[in-house]
Amino acid sequence: MDHLLEMRNLSIDLYRGRRTPPVKLVEGIDLNIDKKQNFGIVGESGCGKSITCSSIMGLLSFPLSVGAGSSIRFQRENGTDTELLSLPKKQMQQLRGKEISMIFQEPMTALDPMYTIEDQIVESLRFHTDLSRSAMREAALEMLRKVKIPRAEEILKEYPHHLSGGMLQRVMIAIALINNPRLLIADEPTTALDVTIQAQILDLMNELRESYDTSVIMITHDLGVIAETCEQVAVFYAGQVVEQASVDDIFHHTAHPYTSGLLRSVTSLGGEQKELYTIRGTVPTAGQFSSGCRFADRCEHCTARCREAVPPLTEVAPGHQCRCWLHASGAEKEAAR
Amino acid sequence: MKRLGQTIRDLWKDPMGRIGMIGILLVILVAIFAPLAAPFEPDKMVAMPKSAPSADYWFGTDNYGRDIFSRILYGARVSLEVGIIAVGIGAVAGYILGLLAGYFEGWVDRVIMCVMDILFAFPSILLAIFISAVLGRGLVNTMIAIGIVNIPVFARTVRAAVISAKGLEYVSNARSVGVRTGAILVRHISPNVVAPFTVQATLALSSAILTEASMSFLGLGIQPPDPSWGSMLSEARTFMEQAPWMAIFPALFIIVTILLFNILGDSLRDVLDPKLKT
Amino acid sequence: MKQYTIRRILQLIPVLLGISILIFAVMKMIPGDVISGILGVEATPELRAQLAAKYGLDRPYIVQYLDWIGGVLRGDFGESIRTAEPILPQILTRFQVTAELTILAAVISWFVAIPLGILAAVKRNSMADRLIRVFALLGVSVPGFALSILLILFLSLAFGYFSPLGYVGFFEDPLRNLQIMILPASILGISISGSVMRMTRSSVLEVLRQDFVRTVRAKGASERVAIFKHVLRSALIPIVTLVGMQIGSLLGGAVIVEQIFSLPGLGQMTLTGINQRDYPVVQGCVLFIAFVYVLVNVVTDLLYAYIDPRISYD
Repeated sequence: MDHLLEMRNLSIDLYRGRRTPPVKLVEGIDLNIDKKQNFGIVGESGCGKSITCSSIMGLLSFPLSVGAGSSIRFQRENGTDTELLSLPKKQMQQLRGKEISMIFQEPMTALDPMYTIEDQIVESLRFHTDLSRSAMREAALEMLRKVKIPRAEEILKEYPHHLSGGMLQRVMIAIALINNPRLLIADEPTTALDVTIQAQILDLMNELRESYDTSVIMITHDLGVIAETCEQVAVFYAGQVVEQASVDDIFHHTAHPYTSGLLRSVTSLGGEQKELYTIRGTVPTAGQFSSGCRFADRCEHCTARCREAVPPLTEVAPGHQCRCWLHASGAEKEAAR
Repeated sequence: MKRLGQTIRDLWKDPMGRIGMIGILLVILVAIFAPLAAPFEPDKMVAMPKSAPSADYWFGTDNYGRDIFSRILYGARVSLEVGIIAVGIGAVAGYILGLLAGYFEGWVDRVIMCVMDILFAFPSILLAIFISAVLGRGLVNTMIAIGIVNIPVFARTVRAAVISAKGLEYVSNARSVGVRTGAILVRHISPNVVAPFTVQATLALSSAILTEASMSFLGLGIQPPDPSWGSMLSEARTFMEQAPWMAIFPALFIIVTILLFNILGDSLRDVLDPKLKT
Repeated sequence: MKQYTIRRILQLIPVLLGISILIFAVMKMIPGDVISGILGVEATPELRAQLAAKYGLDRPYIVQYLDWIGGVLRGDFGESIRTAEPILPQILTRFQVTAELTILAAVISWFVAIPLGILAAVKRNSMADRLIRVFALLGVSVPGFALSILLILFLSLAFGYFSPLGYVGFFEDPLRNLQIMILPASILGISISGSVMRMTRSSVLEVLRQDFVRTVRAKGASERVAIFKHVLRSALIPIVTLVGMQIGSLLGGAVIVEQIFSLPGLGQMTLTGINQRDYPVVQGCVLFIAFVYVLVNVVTDLLYAYIDPRISYD
C-alpha cells in the first residue's frame, strides 16, 4: 500500500428505527492520506466531515454506524496493512491513542473533570506502554514542556476546570502526541478558541509536526486554517466529497462552484474589506437529497442536467478532482445519461 | 407549551402513554360508577365470612362476610378522592407560594423556601402521620395531611420554573414596557410553569395514593367502615392463611393503580419535556 | 474542606431550629388537650390544674418551648406520660433497630440497583435495559407494605417460610438477628431500588453523552476503564445525592416495615405513641428522626464535595 490510510467508498448510516430504512449521512467517500502529509477536510457544519473521521477511530456510536461496502485500510507501525473496519475491538483499542490519535473541538469539555492533568496524560501512556509510574510522570512533564505550557510541574497537579481553553487544548495535543502516533486527527482544534489563541495553537501544531513523523488530518470549516496548515484538501458538501486537490489548486484553480463560494465568503486577513459573499439557500437535509447534484439548488451555474443526475467525481487536472457537471468530460456525461 | 389536544395525541402515540391513559380512565370510571357496578353494598354482610372467590363473589368475602370486589370498587373512589383533593391542596398552595417566592425573590423567597425546606426535612410518610395524628383520623384529615406534605415539591417546581422563565427575554421585555406585576405572572410566567407542574402533579397523585394506602394500612388514615385499599389490606393480615384473597386483591389494585399513574407521569414527562428524555 | 464542613454544619442550626419549632407548634394544635387524654374528660378542675402544673402546661408557649428545647439540648427529651420513663434512652435503644434496618436496606438496594442501573445505561435499548426499566418502574410503584404482605403470603404458602418473630439484638445473637432482619430489610431495600436504578441509569447515560468519554475512548481505553474509571466517577455525584435523599424514604418506610414485622424500632415507638396519645414520646421521636435525616443529608453534601474536585471548599 502506498498510502498511510486509504478510505474507499465510505458511507455512514443513521438508524431511524426498525421500520424506517437508515439515512446515509455520508456516501462514497474515497480519501488517501500519505505519510507525513497534512490533509485538510473542509466543509460546513453537518456536512459529515467529523463523523467521517470518527469512523477511522471506530468511535461512531448508536445511532450511527459505518455502511456496508465501506473500507478503511491503514498501514500499521509493523508495516502490515489493516482493514480498520473489521478490526476486533481489543486490537482497535490498542491502536487508538497509540497509532492514531485525535484532538477535539471543545477543549473545555474534552477532559474528564474528575482527574488531574497528570492522571489524564499518564493514562494515555499506561494504556500503551509498561513504563514505571515515575517514568510516565517524567514523560508527561516533558510532553507538557513540548506543547509550551508554562509552570508544567504545577499544571500537572491541576484539574481541568482550573485551566483556560487554550491551555487545555495544549494538554489535549500533549495527550494525543505522547505515544508518537502515525496519524493525528484534529477535529476543529481551534474553533472554540479566541482568535489570538487559535494562531498560537496552529503554530504549535505546525512546529510539533516537524519533530514527529505524524500525518495530520485537519478538519475545519475555516479555509484560513487549511491555507496555514495543509498540503492536500478535500471539500465536503452534504455528505460527499465535491472537490479534492492540493492547497494551491484549491485556492488558485478552484473548480467546484461550492468551493469558490466558500472562498468568496472568507474575509481575507489584511485584505480589503469587501462586502461579504454568502452562498444563497441552505444545505439540504440528509435523507431528503434530490436525484441530482446536491448543490444544485444553491448553485449559480445550475443547469437542467444538474437536477437529473448526481455528477461523478472526475479528474479536471492531474491530482485535482471535482464533482460537477461543468467539469465532467464528454464521455462521462454520456455515460450518466 | 403544547395545547391539551396535542399533548393527548402525543401521549396516545407513545405505547406506555396509551396504557397509562386507558388504565387511569378505567380506574376513574370504576370510581365514578362504583355504586352501579358493584354487585353488593360495600359495608353489608352478604355471605359467609371468608368465603373463597366464586361466581357470585368474584374476589371472595372478608372476615365480616362483605363482598371484597364491591369494597375494592368503592375503595377506588376513596383512593382517587383522597389523591385528587390532597394533590389539589398541595398544588394550589405550592403554586401560590412558588409563584410568590420565584417572582419576588428577596426576603419573601427566603422565608417561603425556608419553611418549605423545613417541611422537606421530614420523611414524607412520617410528616403525614404526624400531621394526621394531630388533626385526627378520617377522610378529610387524611386529605389535608397528605396535601400539606405535597406543598414543598410543588412550590419548588414552580419557583424554579418562574425563575428560569424570568430570565427569558420576552418576560423582561414585558416588564420593561411596564406591564403590571400581576399581569406578567398570569399571562407570561404561568404558561411556562404548566409543563413541569403537570408532570409533578401526575407523579404526586401516585405518591398521594400510596401515602393514603400506607396510612390507612397503619390505621391512621381512612377509618372503618369506609372501604380503603390500605385498611382492607391491614385487616387481611390477621386472616392471611385462611383467606389470602383478602390480601391479594386489594394489594394488586393498589399496585396497579400506582403503576398506571407512574407510567402516565413518565410518558407525560417525555412528551412535555423532551429534553429530559433519556 | 474543613471550612466548608464547618459552614455546612452551621447552616444546620436554623433548619434544626425550624424543625423543632414546627413540631412544637403542631403538638400545641392537638385538639383535646393532653390532660383530658390522661385523666379523662370528667376530671375535676383541681386535678387538671395540678397535672397541668406538673407538666408545666400552665406556662406561656414560649416558656414551654424554651424549656423543652433546652432539655433536648441537654439530652433530656422529657418523660413518657404512660410509663413515666425518660424518653431519650428509649429512643436510642430503639434507634439501633431502625438504624440497622435502614443501613441493611440501603446496602441491599445499592447492591441491586446501582449495577443494574449501570448495565441498563451501557446496554441502552437492549433487552436487558428494557427488563431493568420495567423492574424499576415496578419498584417505584409497589408500596412497601403491599410488597411485605404479598411476600409474607407467598413465602408462607409456597415454602412454609415465616420470618422469625421475637426480636433479638445484633450483639446478643448476630445470626438470629440477621435471620429476623433479612426479610424486612430486603423489602425496604427493594422498595427504594426502583428510584436508585432509574437515577443511576439516567445519570450514567448523561455522562456517556459527554465529550470527555469520547476522549477517553480515543486514548485507547477499554470499555471497562471508560465506564468504571471515568463515567462512574462523574455519574456517582447525582447518585450520592439521591442516596442521601433516599434515607428519608427509608426512615419513613421503616415505620411501616417495623410495624408489619413487629420490630421494636423507632417507627413502632412513634406509632405506639400516637395510638396511646403519649405526646412527649411522639414529639421526641419525630424530632429525632428529622434530625437524623437532616444530618445524613449534610454528610451526603460533604461527601459530594469530597468526590467532585470542581466544588471549591472555601
